[in-house]
Amino acid sequence: MLASLPGELDMSKQEILRVENLTKYYISGYIFTKKVMGAENVSLSIGKGEVLSLVGESGSGKTTVSRMILRTIRPTSGKIYLRGKDICSYEKKDYYRRVQAIFQDPYTSFNPRYTTDKVLLDALKFAEKGSKNKSKTEIEDAMEVVCSSLEKIGLTPDQVLGRHHHELSGGQMQRILIARCLLLGPELLVADEVTSMIDASTRVTVLNELSRLAKEEGMAMLFITHDIGQAYYISDRVAIMEKGRIVEIGPAERVLFEPESAYAKELVASVPKLHEKWRF
Amino acid sequence: MKNNIALKAQDLSGYYKGPFGVIRAVEEVSLIVERGETLGLAGESGCGKSTFLKLLTGIVEPPLHHQGGEVEVEGNKIYNMNPEELRKNVSGRHILYVPQSTFDSLNPTLRIREFIADMLRDRTGQKYPADEVRGMLADHFSKLGLDKRVLDLYPHELSGGMKQRALIAMSTYGRPSILLLDEPTSALDVTSQKRLIEMLEALHREEIIKTMIVSTHDVTILRQLCNRIAIMYAGKIVEVGNAEDVIENPYHTYTEMLINSLLPLERWTKTEKITGIAGRPPDLRSPPSGCRFHPRCPNCTDICMPKEPPLIEKGNRLVSCWRHCRES
Repeated sequence: MLASLPGELDMSKQEILRVENLTKYYISGYIFTKKVMGAENVSLSIGKGEVLSLVGESGSGKTTVSRMILRTIRPTSGKIYLRGKDICSYEKKDYYRRVQAIFQDPYTSFNPRYTTDKVLLDALKFAEKGSKNKSKTEIEDAMEVVCSSLEKIGLTPDQVLGRHHHELSGGQMQRILIARCLLLGPELLVADEVTSMIDASTRVTVLNELSRLAKEEGMAMLFITHDIGQAYYISDRVAIMEKGRIVEIGPAERVLFEPESAYAKELVASVPKLHEKWRF
Repeated sequence: MKNNIALKAQDLSGYYKGPFGVIRAVEEVSLIVERGETLGLAGESGCGKSTFLKLLTGIVEPPLHHQGGEVEVEGNKIYNMNPEELRKNVSGRHILYVPQSTFDSLNPTLRIREFIADMLRDRTGQKYPADEVRGMLADHFSKLGLDKRVLDLYPHELSGGMKQRALIAMSTYGRPSILLLDEPTSALDVTSQKRLIEMLEALHREEIIKTMIVSTHDVTILRQLCNRIAIMYAGKIVEVGNAEDVIENPYHTYTEMLINSLLPLERWTKTEKITGIAGRPPDLRSPPSGCRFHPRCPNCTDICMPKEPPLIEKGNRLVSCWRHCRES
C-alpha cells in the first residue's frame, strides 16, 4: 500500500531516518572565500526494512548527504532525526551502534594488520559493550556467533577467517563488512557506492545480501550509487539528485520507468540497454 | 580478403615478473581484427584485457614481458622491429593506445592546446605556435562534438568525462588506423558515458578511426558500441562473435553467466533471481588445468579438468568450451 503523495514514506512503515531541509555549503579560500553548494534543501525519510537509493551524477551531492547523516560533517542548516530524535543528541558510541556504513573501497575499510576474526570479534564487542578480557568459553561462543553470521551471507568461515585483507577478493571483503553489520545490528545502514570496485560478476551477490539484510533484519538502508540499474534492482524508493537538490523522489518503478522531471528523463535515457542498441 | 586485415595477433603471450612470482596474464591468444570493425574485449578484472592491449602495441615495459607470439599491424610485424623503428613508423601512426587512467595522462601545468603542441613537436620535430594549433584542431574537435574552447583550458578545469573525451580527441588527430581504448567508460557516470559513446560513434562516422578495440568489464557498453565481442577469462579468449549474437545467445558458460549477472535497467531484473558467478577468478601464477573456468562452471564434465578445450569455429563464432567442441 503506497501513500498518496509520491516520494512520501509508506505510512504503515515505522520511520527510522528523517532528513529535513538539509543544506551544506563548502567554503574554500581564506580572504576571498568562495561558497560551493554541496547539498540544498534535501528532505527524505526511510522506514524500517526499506531501501532508499540516492542516484545522481558525480558531484551531485550524494556523498555530502551521506556524510552529514554519518555525522562526519556538520550541515550548514537543516535537521536529521533518527527515530524521531535529533542525531546530535545521541552519544557518539550509541549513535554508531545504531548507524553503520559500508564504503566504496573495501581495501581501505580494513586495518591491513588485522585479520578478519579480529575485525568481526571487535564488532561483536562493540555491539555488546563488552569488556576486553573474556574467558575462553566466552570467546568460543563469540566465534560461533561470528561463524553463523558469515554463513548467513553465504561465506564459508574456513575460507575467510584468520586471513588478512590482501588475501581476500573485493567481493568477499564487502560481504565480510556486511557480516560485520549483521553482528552490530544497526537500525540504519549507509551503503556508499559499495559495488563500484567489485567485478560485475560478483556485484549482484553483494546486492542480494544487502537486500536480504534490509528485508529480514528490518534494517533501513540508504543506498548511494551512480548505477541506475543497480538502484532499480535493490530499492523500494529512489531519489534522483542534481546539483545538490533532489529533483525527483518516489517508488523505484515510477521514478525510473516513468520519470517526470526533465533531468530524471535524461538520466534514465542515458543508461545503456543490454538487448537494444541506441540510434545515433 | 587478406588485405582487409587491420590487426592480427598470433599465439601472443605475456607475463608479469615480480617478487611474488610469474603471473601469466595472457597466454597464447590469437585474434584477427578486420578494417572497419569495432571489437569489444570483455571480462572480469585481472583477466588480461589491459595486458593484451599493451602487448598489441608492441611497447612492453617491465614488469610486463613479451613471452612469445607475433602481432601484425597493417602488415608490420611489430615484434621483429627495433624499438626506434616501431616508435617512428607504427606507434601513433598505425596503432594508438589510450590508457585507463586518463586523468594522469594530461600535464596539469599545460593548457590542452599547449599539450597538443608538445605532442605534435615530438611527432614531427616542428614547433607549432598556439594559434596554429587552435586553428588545426578546432575543426577536429567540433566534428567530435567538443567545444573548441576546451583547447584553452587546463586539465583541472575539465570534468572527468570531458578530460577523457579531450584526450581521445587529441590522440585521434593523427588519424591512427587502429585505436585501442582501455576501460574508457569505467570511471564515468552514465551521462558522461553516453557522451563518450556518441563521440566514439562520431569517430567512426567521420571516418577518422576505422578500427577500434575497446576493453571494458561492462558488456552493456559493448552492446552499444561494438560489432564484435571477444570474451576473455584468465588470460585466454573463450568466445568471439557478433555482438548481438554473443549477448542474445552465448555459447560459453562463462559468457552466459557473465551476461546473466548484469543488472541493466530493465523490469525483469526485479522479478527474476540473479545470482552472479560464485567463486573468484583463478590465480594466474598457477592457473587450473584444463578449461580455466572449470572450478566455477556448473556444466563442468570429466573432460573439462584434465584437457584444455581448443578455440574452435562454430558458425561465425569462435568458442573454447568442451560442450561445443564435442558437438562439432
